Amino acid sequence: MLTTNRVAAVALAVLAVLVLFESRKLPLGSLHNPGPAYMPVLLALALLAFAILVAVYGGAGRGLSAVGWSEWRHAAAILGTCAFAAIALERLGYRLTMAVSLAFLIGVIERQGVILTLALAVTVAAGSYFLFDTLLRVPLPRGPFGL
Amino acid sequence: MAETVHNLLLGFSVALSPPVLLYAFVGCVVGTIVGVLPGVGPLAGISLLLPATFGLDATKAIVMLAGIYYGAMYGGSTTSILMRIPGEAASVMTCIDGYAMARKGRAGAALAIAAVGSYVAGTVSVVALMFLAPPLASFALRFGPPEYFALLILGLLVLAYMSSGSMVKALAMATLGLLLGMIGIDQMTGYFRFAYGVVELGDGIGVVPVAVGLFGLSEILATAGQETPPAVIKPTLRELLPSRQEWKESIWPIGRGTVLGFLIGIIPGSAHIISSFVSYAVERRLSRRPEEFGHGAVAGVAGPESANNSATSGAFVPMLALGVPSGPIPAVMLAAMMVHGVSPGPLLIKQQPELFWGFIASMYVGNVVLLILNLPLVGVFVNLLRVPYPLLYPGILVFCILGVYAVNSSVVDVWIMLVMGLVGYLLRKLDFEPAPIVLGVILAPMIEMALRQSLAMSDGHYAIFLTRPIATTLLTVGVLLVLLSLKSLVTRGLDWRARIAMAEKGEEL
Repeated sequence: MLTTNRVAAVALAVLAVLVLFESRKLPLGSLHNPGPAYMPVLLALALLAFAILVAVYGGAGRGLSAVGWSEWRHAAAILGTCAFAAIALERLGYRLTMAVSLAFLIGVIERQGVILTLALAVTVAAGSYFLFDTLLRVPLPRGPFGL
Repeated sequence: MAETVHNLLLGFSVALSPPVLLYAFVGCVVGTIVGVLPGVGPLAGISLLLPATFGLDATKAIVMLAGIYYGAMYGGSTTSILMRIPGEAASVMTCIDGYAMARKGRAGAALAIAAVGSYVAGTVSVVALMFLAPPLASFALRFGPPEYFALLILGLLVLAYMSSGSMVKALAMATLGLLLGMIGIDQMTGYFRFAYGVVELGDGIGVVPVAVGLFGLSEILATAGQETPPAVIKPTLRELLPSRQEWKESIWPIGRGTVLGFLIGIIPGSAHIISSFVSYAVERRLSRRPEEFGHGAVAGVAGPESANNSATSGAFVPMLALGVPSGPIPAVMLAAMMVHGVSPGPLLIKQQPELFWGFIASMYVGNVVLLILNLPLVGVFVNLLRVPYPLLYPGILVFCILGVYAVNSSVVDVWIMLVMGLVGYLLRKLDFEPAPIVLGVILAPMIEMALRQSLAMSDGHYAIFLTRPIATTLLTVGVLLVLLSLKSLVTRGLDWRARIAMAEKGEEL
C-alpha cells in the first residue's frame, strides 16, 4: 500500500544514494583517520538504513490519497514570490522587491482592493526598510534610483 | 556568603546607576524586538548592534549586549506563540504548544506564562550563576572531545526517543539535519563539501534559514490557501490572564526548565536551543496527559521557555569564569568584551569586580525590566491576531525574507529558506516532525569535530569512548534509550510514543 511513510522513505533513500554518489569526489580516509567524506558517507548509510526501516514498518501509515492538497496553488504562488524576491532583491533593491511581492500576494492572490493593496505594499516595504536599514543599521540592498 | 552579598551590593550600585540602567533598558527593548522579528535571532542582533556599543565604556556595552541577548530570548516566544514562527531557534519548541494554545483562544495566557516562566528562570539562574559558577565550570572542564561526542549523540537519541510516534522517523529526520550540516568547508582538511561552486555555502547552511523555512514558511504554505482560513482569535482582556489551573500546571515545568536549562547551558554547545528541546521532551515524558502535547499543553510552553532563558545564564558561566565561550552567542559576547579591553577569565572577578558584579546585578535588573515590558505588551502582541490572515501572511513573509537575508546579507540564505519551506511543507503532509532536522544542522559540525578530535587523541582507536567514564556513561544511557524504544516490538504492545502519535492523529487507542 502506498502510504505517506513509504513515499517519504523512498525520497530519503534517493537522497541517501545521491549523497553516497556525490561523496565519491572527496577523500574517504580510513576508519582510524577519517577524511572529509567519512561523516557524510556514514550519515548517508544511516539515512538509507532508516529509510528502509520506515518503508518496511511504514505500512500502517496514512494512505497517500488521504493527504489533502487543496492549498497547493496558494503554496506554489507563495514559493514563486519567494523565488522572485531572491532573484530581485539585489537587482531591484529591497523596497521595490518587497512592494512588488506584497502587491502580488495581496492584490492578485488574495484579491483585495487596489487601494488597500497599494497602501499595505508601500507601507510594509518602506516601514520595514526604515526600521532595519535606517534605525537598526542593517544594510539592505538598494536598487535603481537609490530605491 | 557574606562576601558574595557584599559584592552583589557593589554590583547593584553599578547596575542601578541611571546610565547603566538606561542601557540595560535599551538592550532589553531592542532584544525583545530582535526576538519578535522572525529570523533575527540573538546572534544576529548582537552581531549587528556590536558596532553601536563601540562608543560606550565596557560596563555599559556589556550590560546592553547582555540585555539584547536575554531580551531576544523573551521576545522569541511571541511570534512562536502567535504565528508558529520561531523568532529565534530556541523558540522552535514553543511553537508547537504555544501556537496550539493560541488556536484555542489562549494566546494571551501562553504569552503571559512564557514571560513569567522566563522571568523566574532568568532570576533563579542568575542566583545559580553567582553561587555555582566555580564548581560547575570545573566539572564542565572535564569534558574532552570523547565526552562531548557522547553527549551530542545522547542529545540526539534523547530527542528521538522523546518524539511522539516512530523513533526511526525522528532519527531519520535528525540524520537528514546532520547531512545538511555537512555542507560547507570541512574544518579539519579545508575541503569544500557539497557546495557546487556556491561560495556562500562554504560556511555551511545557517540555522536561521533552516528554522525559518521549516517552521515559518512551511506554516504559511500550509495555511494560506486553506478553504477555511485560520479563524482570527479576538481575545478579551480577561483571556490575557492565565487561569488558576494554567498557573498550577506551569509551576513545576518552570522549576524543572530552570534547573535543566542552567545545567545544559554550562555545557558547550547551542545550549539554549538544546535545553528547550530537552525540556519539552522531559515535560512530555513526565506529564500525566502526554497526549495533550502538540495540542496546547501549558507545560509545553512553560518548560522550554524557562529552560532557554535559564540556559542563557548558564552559558555565561564558562565564559565569565574561564574565558571559554560555550556557543556562538557567548563567543560574540566574548569578542565584544575583548573589543572593550576586558579579558574574561578567572582573573576578571578579582581585577574588575565592578564590571563582573555590575553585569550580574544588571541581569537581575534586566529580568525585572523584561517582565514589566513584556506583560503589559502582551495585549499589543495579541492584537496581531485580529489582522485577517490574507493580509497578515504577506507581512510575515516579508519579515521571514528580511530576517534571513539580514544575517549574512546573502540571497543564498533566502534560497535555502525557500527550499526548507518546501521540505517542511512536504514533511507536514507526510506526517514527519521537522524539529530534529534543526537540531541536526546545529550539532553536525560539533559531532564531526568531536569524533575526529577523539580519534586523533586515541591514534584512531574507537575504544576511547569506552575507556573514559563520562563518555561511557553517556553512551550507555543512549543505548538504553534505543533498547527501550525496541521494547514495544518485543512485547508487541503500544509504547507511550505510539499512543501519543495515535492521540495526535485523533485515532482511538
